[in-house]
Amino acid sequence: MHDIVRMAPLIFTRDLSVRIGSHDVCRALNWQVNPGERWAILGKNGVGKSTLLKTLAGLRLAETGELIICGARTAGSTLEVPIFSRESQRTLAKRRGYLTQHHNDPFPSTVMETALIGRHPHLGRWDWESTADHEITRTALAEADLVGFAEREVQTLSGGERQRLAVAQLLTQQPQLFLLDEPLTHLDLSHQVAIMELFKRKTQGEFSMTSALVAVLHDPGFAVRYCEHALLLFGHGEWLAGPARTIITAENLTRLYGHPLREIGSDNDRWFIPC
Amino acid sequence: MPSRRRALTVLALLFALVVASFVVALAAGSIPVTTHDLFTALFGEMLSEKSAGMDETSLAIEVIRGLRLPRALGAFACGGLLALAGALMQVLLRNPLADPYVLGISGGAAVGALLAMLAGLALWFIDLAAFIGAFAAMLIVFGLAHGDSSWTRTRLLLTGVIVAAGCGAAVALMLSIAPEAQLRGMLFWLMGDAGQISEPRPALVVLAAGLALALPFARELNLLARGDVLAQTLGVSVNHVKRGVYFLAALATATAVTTAGSIGFIGLIVPHLTRLGLMKLGWGNDQRLLLPAAALVGGSLLLLADTLARTVVAPQQLPVGVLTALIGVPAFLFLLGREKHA
Repeated sequence: MHDIVRMAPLIFTRDLSVRIGSHDVCRALNWQVNPGERWAILGKNGVGKSTLLKTLAGLRLAETGELIICGARTAGSTLEVPIFSRESQRTLAKRRGYLTQHHNDPFPSTVMETALIGRHPHLGRWDWESTADHEITRTALAEADLVGFAEREVQTLSGGERQRLAVAQLLTQQPQLFLLDEPLTHLDLSHQVAIMELFKRKTQGEFSMTSALVAVLHDPGFAVRYCEHALLLFGHGEWLAGPARTIITAENLTRLYGHPLREIGSDNDRWFIPC
Repeated sequence: MPSRRRALTVLALLFALVVASFVVALAAGSIPVTTHDLFTALFGEMLSEKSAGMDETSLAIEVIRGLRLPRALGAFACGGLLALAGALMQVLLRNPLADPYVLGISGGAAVGALLAMLAGLALWFIDLAAFIGAFAAMLIVFGLAHGDSSWTRTRLLLTGVIVAAGCGAAVALMLSIAPEAQLRGMLFWLMGDAGQISEPRPALVVLAAGLALALPFARELNLLARGDVLAQTLGVSVNHVKRGVYFLAALATATAVTTAGSIGFIGLIVPHLTRLGLMKLGWGNDQRLLLPAAALVGGSLLLLADTLARTVVAPQQLPVGVLTALIGVPAFLFLLGREKHA
């Protein structure tokens, strides 16, 4: 792992403006994500959380401003898709992982094969997956609680199992920057906790110098519990970023969701209940 | 567990199937052929003028070299091309129902070929017209679907289906005004007929080149089959690869259709047949193995079907496209049925 970025911010934005059609997602976003940090993005449906995350993954063009992802910056675009230099594209594919909301599998495939896909950026054009790649994948499947699923047909998985497979696939990619779009979709309560704990482990301790996480979440309680930072999107381009402790408050959330919320608990165990 | 060695083993076995198919195809027919004749025809030196008497051996050799071998090579190449194009189209459109003809390429070829037949042009000109028609349809579909924004699969599929429907109408019109004498030839062309293969070499070259071009990108295709965003995230230049796949599939289809008419079912069924077979070996949808395997299976299947087509009611010949469907459909349904019970 000699090509890992150390200590430099994994995401850096200056005056970044992201729009969907005529709708402002964020205006003049000045923000950075450093190694060891975990960020929650919160906001109403349709406010553009996923669009922002996609932009931060380098899969979509921003309107204006500067964006550097794991040291890579856009070199142009075709058909709304940013172009990176060949070197940057390879860097991004190895260092930046992106968990999408939707997974579909039109063709039959096994769980193992699907998870192995994450190894693609680490392999040369003519390489086949090695024993080491299989080992990494098996570990990832175990971490996503999919032991014994390796030979299962993907199309037979339940929604929650399929979501965990997507997480395992992301882990086999071994990125430094985890961008998660609603990672808890379809998961039962115990797996919601398990997956957030898993990503916490992947960004602290030995990983705190190299890895970071940005997750679109819907439950402010989970955000407070697992993320030390939060980015709130209010719509119309307004945003607020900072430590979760000071930013995720009943007052801000009431404004964010347009629905009164009440806070219970204290410190890192605060939960918000709709009134 | 899929590995390069296992993939090569599977391909070696399939290659043996190909060889066996060729032996059957070259040996079968109204003129009997011995093993010795077969070897002499394939590996022996050219018959010198003196020894070329009209004995049985030299006649058999003549038949193999002059008639059966070109036809067999052509049928194999077309089957391989259609299977390859079908597998590529299924990845491109992420749709298991896609086949090489779904985007109107065969329709364009049919319009070209039938126009040339109506005009009473020579055989080579019919081939040329078919190829021009196929490429015209391909460019129209690509241009319309691409537009100035990014292309979506639905838009590409819809454009292709509509262009194919338009071509179908033009073909029906030409058939209805065609003179009786030409009608049979036209119908055979439309159903697909290896008997019209005069020169197998272009198809073989395109098949080899197509595989050589597609295989380095096979893992990228695996990603593409699982979704554009995933592929893009993992570093695939999605738009470039998609464009490449489209043109490669179109070239393969156009070549096959020009060589032997629009033979049905191979392009749809062989990739599925191969996929189902590979699933039994614990393989899913890995294009690194699927593409070459489908090409070999498709080639063999069309070769065997064509052998049946020219022998089963000899001296009468059946259009091979009818036989591919008659063999392919039950075989496919059988495998699909077994799959469900497993």
